Amino acid sequence: MAEKKMVNLTIEGRPVSVVEGTTILEAAKTAGILIPHYCYHPGLPIAGVCRMCLVEVEKAPKLAPSCATTVAEGQVVRVYSDKSLDARKGVLEMLLINHPLDCPICDQSGECELQDYTYQEGREDSRYREPKRFNPAEDFGGDVIYVPNRCILCTRCVRFMDDVAHEPTLNVSERGDRALIGKFEGKDLTHPWAANVVDLCPVGALLSKDFLNKARAWELDRTASICPNCTQGCNVIMETRENQLVRMRPRPNENVNAFFMCDWGRLNYRWMNEKNRVEHPMVRGKNGLAASDWEAAISAAARALNGKKVFVAASPMLSNESLYLLTQLMQGGSGAFRVTEGEEAPLPGVEDLALRRERAANVYGAEKLGFNKTKDLLGGLGQGDVLVIAGEDLAGIDASSVARAGDVIVIGSVLPEAAGKASVVLPIANYSEEEGTVTNLRGRVQRFTQAKQAPGETRPSWLVLGDLLGAIGKQTNFFLPSEVFAQLASSNSSFAGLSYDSLGFKGLPLVDAPPTSPKAPIAVAAR
Amino acid sequence: MGFPHHPHPRETTVLTKHFGEADARTLAGWKKRGGYKALEKALGMQPADIVNVVKESGLRGRGGAGFPTGMKWSFMKPGDGKPHYLCCNADESEPGTFKDRELMRWTPHALVEGCAIGAYAIGAETAYVYIRGEFTEPLHWMESAVKEAYAAGIIGKNAMGSGKRIDVHVHKGAGAYICGEETALMESLEGRRGNPRIKPPFPAVSGVFGMPTTINNVETLIAAAPILLNGAEWYKKMSLSSPKSTGTKLYSVCGNVQRPGTYEVVMGFPFKEFLYDLCGGPLHGRKFKAVIPGGASVPIQNMEEAEATLMDYEGFVAGGSMLGSGGVIVIDDAQPMVTVIARLARFFAHESCGQCTQCREGTAWTTKILERIRDGEGTVEDLDTLLDIGEQMTGKTICVLSDSCAVPVVSGIKKFRGEFEALIQGKRFHPVTAAVA
Repeated sequence: MAEKKMVNLTIEGRPVSVVEGTTILEAAKTAGILIPHYCYHPGLPIAGVCRMCLVEVEKAPKLAPSCATTVAEGQVVRVYSDKSLDARKGVLEMLLINHPLDCPICDQSGECELQDYTYQEGREDSRYREPKRFNPAEDFGGDVIYVPNRCILCTRCVRFMDDVAHEPTLNVSERGDRALIGKFEGKDLTHPWAANVVDLCPVGALLSKDFLNKARAWELDRTASICPNCTQGCNVIMETRENQLVRMRPRPNENVNAFFMCDWGRLNYRWMNEKNRVEHPMVRGKNGLAASDWEAAISAAARALNGKKVFVAASPMLSNESLYLLTQLMQGGSGAFRVTEGEEAPLPGVEDLALRRERAANVYGAEKLGFNKTKDLLGGLGQGDVLVIAGEDLAGIDASSVARAGDVIVIGSVLPEAAGKASVVLPIANYSEEEGTVTNLRGRVQRFTQAKQAPGETRPSWLVLGDLLGAIGKQTNFFLPSEVFAQLASSNSSFAGLSYDSLGFKGLPLVDAPPTSPKAPIAVAAR
Repeated sequence: MGFPHHPHPRETTVLTKHFGEADARTLAGWKKRGGYKALEKALGMQPADIVNVVKESGLRGRGGAGFPTGMKWSFMKPGDGKPHYLCCNADESEPGTFKDRELMRWTPHALVEGCAIGAYAIGAETAYVYIRGEFTEPLHWMESAVKEAYAAGIIGKNAMGSGKRIDVHVHKGAGAYICGEETALMESLEGRRGNPRIKPPFPAVSGVFGMPTTINNVETLIAAAPILLNGAEWYKKMSLSSPKSTGTKLYSVCGNVQRPGTYEVVMGFPFKEFLYDLCGGPLHGRKFKAVIPGGASVPIQNMEEAEATLMDYEGFVAGGSMLGSGGVIVIDDAQPMVTVIARLARFFAHESCGQCTQCREGTAWTTKILERIRDGEGTVEDLDTLLDIGEQMTGKTICVLSDSCAVPVVSGIKKFRGEFEALIQGKRFHPVTAAVA
């Protein structure tokens, strides 16, 4: 491949060297300067309409929109010159003249770019003395509500639907100061990826119905994670309030999901707040299952295993770490998992990005670690085997098919009805309550971290399994999930060379994963 | 001057010669008047030679910006392997301007000929004439002229037997001022909402359908034919201000003047004589107060400036304004300037496409303040605010509509500040005595 030509310029006195064709705005980012902007978004075609990113370029007669101006050799760019600051102050004042200033009741408040830049560079007061424009809020269908009074007409939402979702649904209706975002006749924001317009909206004009009036932005705790709802493995931020998951939003990763995530994944988080949890270890005694302490429960489980053949019914939501430890429990037995399926829904504007048919986080990882993907989950359960049910709810499975098992150990966050004869129940944290890694359908290993506290006495699955392995006499010494992963990496050639440190928060492909190309941003040219 | 009036003896009728002659609208009538001779000559020349003649003639764009036409044509690189396009901007929407309307009403074949010459010169096989939606009569004549020209083999697959293909399509706009902006026109022509595009890329690199495109005003293209026939020297010589501004220019005069209409005078004609002699001076018992000489987007001149102005590109700039589109709006002493300016601002607020923040919000805000001042509710701070908004609206947006709105407001406040202040102080403008009391 030909060497890319580098261009040298100076931005706010800092020397910057970037690839030819880069915009001033992107070049400034490399120098640690975020030029204020609204309509520009790296995942969308350039519009150049908000005029917020105006900067002074030495020797140019006019201020330049930095999102639409490419760098030139020797350019001297002033982001914070009086002229640039004055222009941006002017834009901010104009954006606010018809804005209702209803931050106290606006969901976007606290994560609003209009607020941020106004605090940063705006005027203290407004000189606007006239009546404000008013348009009623509108249901845009799907998960989206439009509040036109807060809209700054950046057209990110329009461009997303046109150029990324390839389903033109939104438009700019009317013109001049009457302009507002409109829906095409008979269309709704029902595209499976449409809710991304809510994230893209830099202000509080497009709101999520699901999140409406639920929490203030500053009450939320944010955790880097991976969406568990299909095999794509979109990078997400899990947002919790008072230990309840209230929202999932995409986290950019150019190798997986660009800047987006699908509506199904985004809205399917309530199961992680489930209330029907097993909160204490339980051991079967004379009067059935009874709460116990961890030591007793682990020893009871170890006794039940006691050198017997084990069949593991695992959930593909479990981490690589837990699945790996489960394989160590098998003692010559085997493991299987099943996966819920749905319709595949691609996002056409981004290469190889879709809501996948298989709706679980770690299908690829489970297969890689030797679990059989099957529709008949307990098909491999032999007469008299010890059945270990790990994270599986056994929904739709009749208690009679469990009867074959010599003994049943439940390692899960809920107690499956069909596992009524379990002799030991070890409660574990669910996906949002522990740390680990999952492997997506392209073999990319990605870390997820703990977003909320697990209830009661539940423990992370890797910790429970580590203790159990210790109790049956295997050498274990795990204090952190990274140590489990290190052992996995040293024992499984696919994972060789990977570590929590090297994975970081963007992940890395397995050694034997097929090569994938980074997701190129949408064509840079304006339409 | 346009039908039903006869031209004034001091006019130089080159383009307007056949105004009022119904016969000239037909192919036969147009040929009788020497029509399509220039095209015939052009098709026998090398495109580069045509461009050179036009370059030498000093013809500059008549739509408003005054860019040298020959140079614009020379940007179209022959043999780049891409289809080239010519666009004729007939979306004449500038308030006070109606010269292109008259040209198309009376001499539709002249435009067909101009388009064909222009298209051939820039290596295009297709010319689009984008006509303003409200121009139903010019549209009718243009469509009939194109039909006649196709039927006679003047344009089409084998234009005038030259073996060259030249297609001319007439496209009706939907009546948006912004579609007169060249890139918005192209968006509209392509079937999208008429929003101006970011430049660069310029139309000569990526215009209609992403292909190299030249876009010219109606008057510019029509002027190319006599230049080819009579030579660049003839065109230059006509002007009183050669070599910077050459040839003749059409002016459409409206407002408080004795004889409104379309006039054609040579470049460098004295504006004072134009207003008082050709246009007949002010209405009975009135005095001129101000002139907007080039359509609503140019600075307002007071009479001191106007009367000292020579009518060419440089002269109007020296006179504190611009030649613009040649739409002369004459304002007499019975007109309150604040009302005039507020009305202009309202026009721009209505026509802003709404893409850029400064224009979308600024045009409407400006209008609201001006109308408040007009209604006697203004404050002294409002004038500073208006000037500051004007500053914010200038040179910061994709196209110049925003600048255009600021221009009459800023120049109006600078030149007629007294009228604003009187209204703010609670005084009333009396239209009959023209006194502030």
